[in-house]
Amino acid sequence: MAVAERTPILELRGVSKRFGAVQALTDVDFEVYAGEVVGLVGDNGAGKSTLIKAIAGIYPVDSGEFLFEGRPATIHGPNDATHLGISTVYQDLALCDNLDVVANLYLGRETAARRLGPLSVIDEVSMEKRAIDVLRGLSVKIPSVRTAIASLSGGQRQSVAVARSVMWDARIVILDEPTAALGVAQTAQVLDLIRRLRDQGLGVVVISHNLADVFEVVDRIVVLRLGRRVGSFDVHATSREQVVAAITGAEWGTVPGETSAIGGNGPKETLS
Amino acid sequence: MSTMIDDSRLIAEQGGIVGAWAAFRRRVSQGEIGQLPVIIGLAVIWAIFYAAQPAFLSAGNLTNLMLQIAAVGTISVGIVLILLLGEIDLSVGAVSGLCAGVMTVLNVHTGIPAPLAILGGLGAGLLIGLFQGFWITRFRIPSFVVTLAGLLAWQGALLFVLGKTGTINIQDKLIIGLANTFFEPVIGWVLGSVFVAYVVVGSVLTRRRRAAAGLAASSWTAVGLRIGVVAALVLVAVFVLNSDRGVPSAVVFLIGIIVVFDYVTKRTRFGRQIFAIGGNAEAARRAGINVSNVRVAVFALASTLAAWGGILAASRLLAVHQGAGGGDVLLNAIASAVIGGTSLFGGRGTVWAALLGALVIGSISNGMDLLSLEPSVKFMITGGVLLTAVTIDALARRGREASGR
Ligand SMILES: Nc1ncnc2c1ncn2[C@@H]1O[C@H](COP(=O)(O)OP(=O)(O)OP(=O)(O)O)[C@@H](O)[C@H]1O
Ligand SMILES: [Mg+2]
Repeated sequence: MAVAERTPILELRGVSKRFGAVQALTDVDFEVYAGEVVGLVGDNGAGKSTLIKAIAGIYPVDSGEFLFEGRPATIHGPNDATHLGISTVYQDLALCDNLDVVANLYLGRETAARRLGPLSVIDEVSMEKRAIDVLRGLSVKIPSVRTAIASLSGGQRQSVAVARSVMWDARIVILDEPTAALGVAQTAQVLDLIRRLRDQGLGVVVISHNLADVFEVVDRIVVLRLGRRVGSFDVHATSREQVVAAITGAEWGTVPGETSAIGGNGPKETLS
Repeated sequence: MSTMIDDSRLIAEQGGIVGAWAAFRRRVSQGEIGQLPVIIGLAVIWAIFYAAQPAFLSAGNLTNLMLQIAAVGTISVGIVLILLLGEIDLSVGAVSGLCAGVMTVLNVHTGIPAPLAILGGLGAGLLIGLFQGFWITRFRIPSFVVTLAGLLAWQGALLFVLGKTGTINIQDKLIIGLANTFFEPVIGWVLGSVFVAYVVVGSVLTRRRRAAAGLAASSWTAVGLRIGVVAALVLVAVFVLNSDRGVPSAVVFLIGIIVVFDYVTKRTRFGRQIFAIGGNAEAARRAGINVSNVRVAVFALASTLAAWGGILAASRLLAVHQGAGGGDVLLNAIASAVIGGTSLFGGRGTVWAALLGALVIGSISNGMDLLSLEPSVKFMITGGVLLTAVTIDALARRGREASGR
């Protein structure tokens, strides 16, 4: 992959965020390119969730810049992020169990057959058609788009939540621990889905503690430790030990391989 | 890699009765039992009373039954909406009494013409609902507590409105006519046909639109079956009512309200928002739904429906007294919604539950009176039926969760 020469869809420069006494993020750079999957890893409390919440517009940052497709952008709230095409799938998914798949995909944005304000009549037929197309495009396997979320498996729910996030012209999809609660087969299904998003040209950010999953699906790994970015690794040129060492802050020197990759935010960092 | 469309599990409905039966069994096993238990329960109750006293199923008694349930059924429609939202409203009984009192005082004491007095009563209900809804959402106090306060306060307000006389008789023809009008047989048939036509057009259009879009559509057999069942029910109902005094206006109002709110809840964005909030309020909020506004609107609707129910009850009794809307009105309205299959846990149920549940409770009460049983027995049996209904809901919920994860 020769992503380094291209402009990232989203780029963060020198982002810092403080919660009272806790400096959650210190001068963090981050970038996502179209058609790549970035793994965001780090120990508990490293600042991963804070970083993606800053991107999603949930926490305002104290300092730092956002560039969207090379142009400066401001993200003051969740709506700003949505308008830029950044969608986030939080760990709790936020689906309505009692509603079917179509209703959940369109929640809050139902297509109106007749526009009458809140009494607009929902156009179920066109919604269902599009829902089937979107799910098929992502090869999501569910018994029927009219099944209630309550009777779907964990992986299917995750897939529906992801499908919802990409339905509305998303450019970047952020997934917070998408496989944390899933079994082997369902994890495979979700990882498959992530690859498919990448193949459609989206930028995908995946937070995960599971390095096996990370190595299986991502192109690049960004490691955070104690609120600082300690490296960006091309997944094909890196061993798991190197990443673990970066996460835990073990002695760089003892780690075989590209020590240059673990150079903090400095210029030595490789952007594969 | 199999795509969605050639996944065999996708064939939601095969043609004919076999397919319909398979789809039905799948829904039941997933806990989507809907109105089935209450329909069976109602059939059993009717069979028992008929065996004990054949007059129970006479045209005259069935007409009485419908008149007896009209007010509570109306109030219960509002309760269904509230339960769908995952809330509760304990004030509807008191509100129904107060608003009937407001209407009557306006008409009898102040001499305001009946149509305006009726609007005044409904308006009072609307304001009360807006107030309670505002209080619940603004101060984030559970609806249980706010409406409990309302229950007490509006009872007091009724006593205040009625003044020293305590009971006010209604003489106005229009107000009395609300609940005491029986339509000519022809009109009954016309109304029945309109309802059947509504169902026919609705199901045929839906079927055609889905098929045209290449979506899985119910087979014509299933559509025909559904229309046939509805038509037969309406036919029998109109025939029975016509062979006594005719179709009562109170029944027409009740069915009309149910049809309207059934459409609103199932087909409009507002209805979808109610279900979404009842299912997962946080998800609804993140999806951009204004949760507070929807809640306030639903409380306002419930109180307005309660007002209409109270007005119907007053019309039927030809008076408003200090106990109006008290006693078992509230409990019967809530019990009707729950017995009819509306989940207490929010987000599941249909407006038709109000009618079915009210029929169950009304039938028990009516049948026991017919057999001249003690009120003690009546209450205990109604309690047992309610407990059964809630248990079925809880078990169905477990079934859904089991089939889910
Ligand atoms: N809203 C908040 N208020 C105060 N401190 C916070 C807040 N959110 C996060 N923090 C702190 O910021 C630091 C980074 O937290 P964050 O949730 O981003 O970590 P994480 O990398 O997502 O960890 P985990 O893997 O456990 O999810 C932690 O020290 C945490 O206590
Ligand atoms: Mg986290």
